[in-house]
Amino acid sequence: MKFFKFTAAVLTAFLLTTTSLVAKQELVRGNGSEPVTLDPNLGEGIPGSNIDRDLFETLMTEDNQGNVILGQAESYTISDNKLIYTFKIKKSAKWSNGNHVTADDFEYAFKRIVDPKIAAKYSWYLKILGIKNTAAILNGKKPVESLGVKALDSKTLEITLGKPIPYFLIGLSNIIMAPVPKEIVQKYGQNWTKIEHIVSNGAYKLGEWIVNERIVLVKNDKYYGADKVKIEKVTYLPIPEQSTELNRYKAGEIDYLYELPKNQYKHLMKTIPNEVKVLGRVGTYYYYLNMKKKPFDDIRIRKALSYAVNRDVLANKVLGTGEKPAYTLVPEIVSGYTLKLPPYAKLTQKQRDEQARKMLNDAGFNKSHPLKFELLYNTSEQHKRNALAIASMWKRVFHGAVIVTLKNQEWKTYLSDKRAGNFQVARAGWIGDYNEASTMLDLLTKGHSSNNSFYDNPEYDALMNKARVTTDDVQRNKLYQEADAMIARDMPIIPLFQYSNARLIKPRVGGYPKVNPLGDIYTKYLYIKK
Amino acid sequence: MLKFIIRRVLIAIPTLLVLISISFVLVHSAPGSPFTDDRDIPPAIMKNIEAKYHLDRPLIVQYCYYLKDVVTWDFGPSFKFKDYSINDLVNKSFPVSIKIGFLAFLFALIVGVAAGVIASLNQNSKIDYSVMTFAMIGAAIPNFVLAPALVLFFAIYMKILPAGGWNGGEWKYLLLPVFAMSFRYIASIARIMRASMIEVLNSNFIRTARAKGMSNSYVIIHHALRPAILPVVSYLGPAFVGIITGSVVIETIFGLPGIGQLFVNGALNRDYNMVLTLTIIIGGLMILFNTIVDILYAVIDPKIKY
Repeated sequence: MKFFKFTAAVLTAFLLTTTSLVAKQELVRGNGSEPVTLDPNLGEGIPGSNIDRDLFETLMTEDNQGNVILGQAESYTISDNKLIYTFKIKKSAKWSNGNHVTADDFEYAFKRIVDPKIAAKYSWYLKILGIKNTAAILNGKKPVESLGVKALDSKTLEITLGKPIPYFLIGLSNIIMAPVPKEIVQKYGQNWTKIEHIVSNGAYKLGEWIVNERIVLVKNDKYYGADKVKIEKVTYLPIPEQSTELNRYKAGEIDYLYELPKNQYKHLMKTIPNEVKVLGRVGTYYYYLNMKKKPFDDIRIRKALSYAVNRDVLANKVLGTGEKPAYTLVPEIVSGYTLKLPPYAKLTQKQRDEQARKMLNDAGFNKSHPLKFELLYNTSEQHKRNALAIASMWKRVFHGAVIVTLKNQEWKTYLSDKRAGNFQVARAGWIGDYNEASTMLDLLTKGHSSNNSFYDNPEYDALMNKARVTTDDVQRNKLYQEADAMIARDMPIIPLFQYSNARLIKPRVGGYPKVNPLGDIYTKYLYIKK
Repeated sequence: MLKFIIRRVLIAIPTLLVLISISFVLVHSAPGSPFTDDRDIPPAIMKNIEAKYHLDRPLIVQYCYYLKDVVTWDFGPSFKFKDYSINDLVNKSFPVSIKIGFLAFLFALIVGVAAGVIASLNQNSKIDYSVMTFAMIGAAIPNFVLAPALVLFFAIYMKILPAGGWNGGEWKYLLLPVFAMSFRYIASIARIMRASMIEVLNSNFIRTARAKGMSNSYVIIHHALRPAILPVVSYLGPAFVGIITGSVVIETIFGLPGIGQLFVNGALNRDYNMVLTLTIIIGGLMILFNTIVDILYAVIDPKIKY
């Protein structure tokens, strides 16, 4: 692996020296919608994170392929009991105003995230990372000062965990964990992200911000790796409408598409195939089966509905933009995880259909006594297409013994009904927060806000609790495989397909990776070719 | 006249109050809260968020808070965009909508009135039919069809105009959105103007004017145009507000940072204060422009007195 990484680095360096670059290194990226905030600690949503990854840098960061590498940290040590991590921050790590990035800035930032007064939406993330006392602080039982983070001196930060977390370093690369300039945040409060105040420690700094039109970042000369950063100016355009974004790409106004309209994929593959880039992604699309509602408490019904979905047709024909069929909750792209296909995935679709019919019949449903239910999804053309395809598969396989009514709701209404359990079968999807299997498997543990199937299996919860503290990678992966197999066995959800990330990139843009499981593309790794 | 204006302003206050109250109830009765999300928020944090925005208080108290915001014209923070207050966002977006809207309005008025007059003067001729066909097409093509078609032709094939963006309101970024927005209004104004002009041209005072030997153009400009334009004027008030506020589609297609986008996002994100603020502004504009139209009526038609 090390040899591979070394070779890749040498090859990239070689390619960069032999590729001739244009003098004007400027890039325009489509970015979905207006970011909720540029404050990395309060961030939520992909558009904001994309910009924050260019503006800020965490202790551990990612390379172009998404591997976790040292960022603002120069080195770190881990105590024998794996509870104390001590980070040395790079001497050359500076804010864009020239001030040093200090351990105090990190301590201040992490405490902000869990401070109930700040009310950061991602505060739960520190609980996932196991930082000491997070849960008690969030519940109001302990003061913010008790968080397991301490600046030992200006460049040394000590983080104490409540229990050993094997994926701690990986999780630390999430942009939520970026430092903020303590002095400036304290001085300007909520207004510190305004263009006249903001400073950043990443490869770029804020140049211009017109709400709902564009955010321009310019190269940060104070960044320790500035000499390797090629793009001098990157403009982010918030364009929620995919077709509008595509039009602007075609008109030459955008170099890098946020997302490709799926219904255009085939046409684009015919006309500009070299500009279509597809990356696998840590994320799975699935349907919740509400186990609190009859008859979905019956495992035969859940399995019958799951078996009858032809995932190959769904992934390749209905979608067809690089998605892969999913038979388990964890997608195969997750680093360090070996996906073990469950037995039902190894059957042919014909065999699965036969078993599905039998199970439904055994559960007491047939043409004269059909299974009737509503399939809930949030309003979107693509969700509708998927639901229509799946409903027609059920209709065909069960010969009229299953009657589905499609029901769409706008996002907030859908979320509210889903959370309250006011549904029978509902669409869902999850994009991983970090590149490790638990980012997916945690979803079905008891009490998790996204466990909308209300799956309650103490055996499963015990497995996940054990995995969380198992530091041996091989052993931990085995536990994850067992948990994943348990989901395939109990079928609280119907896994449908593994997400992909398809976009258009102009041929003049170089450096776009072939693999990046979280889809975290940093502008500093890109360049404009001649 | 002054009395009329004062009366209008006085009536506007209870009207706005009713508007605010109905909107408040509607917005708060929508399912889900501004902070409902896929990811869970710990209860202690949720409690703090709600306290920060007074969402933990009874609805009537929240209503009073909101009335205070209206009176002080400080609408507080946006629930969605954390880096900006609602005042910030509206102040940034409003000039964009006004500029695009005003240009579209002006263009629609000039072209629409001219087309209507030309058609009426050439009643049942080829010119009349072509103008009216154009008007019918204009009324029939929705702007979400017209705008992408314009982008396709001028930005993607011809590459002479940008496909979207604002760029500080530079003229070439304005052309397509202004045209796309005004097209429907040109059509409506042309049809109203034509019908009204035909009616006026057949009235006795025009016949008298012609009998006195005045030239055709003198009769049209000095005698026919003023009474004929009255129905158009009554249409202009709501049309102007419609252009400014109903530009969501155009703003989305061209990626313009106007209030239409704020309104839609506000409603989808349950950004209560944002939606209420924009409702008041739009309601206020509606009252203002209707008042202006009524005043214009009196100026144009001496028969009308207040």
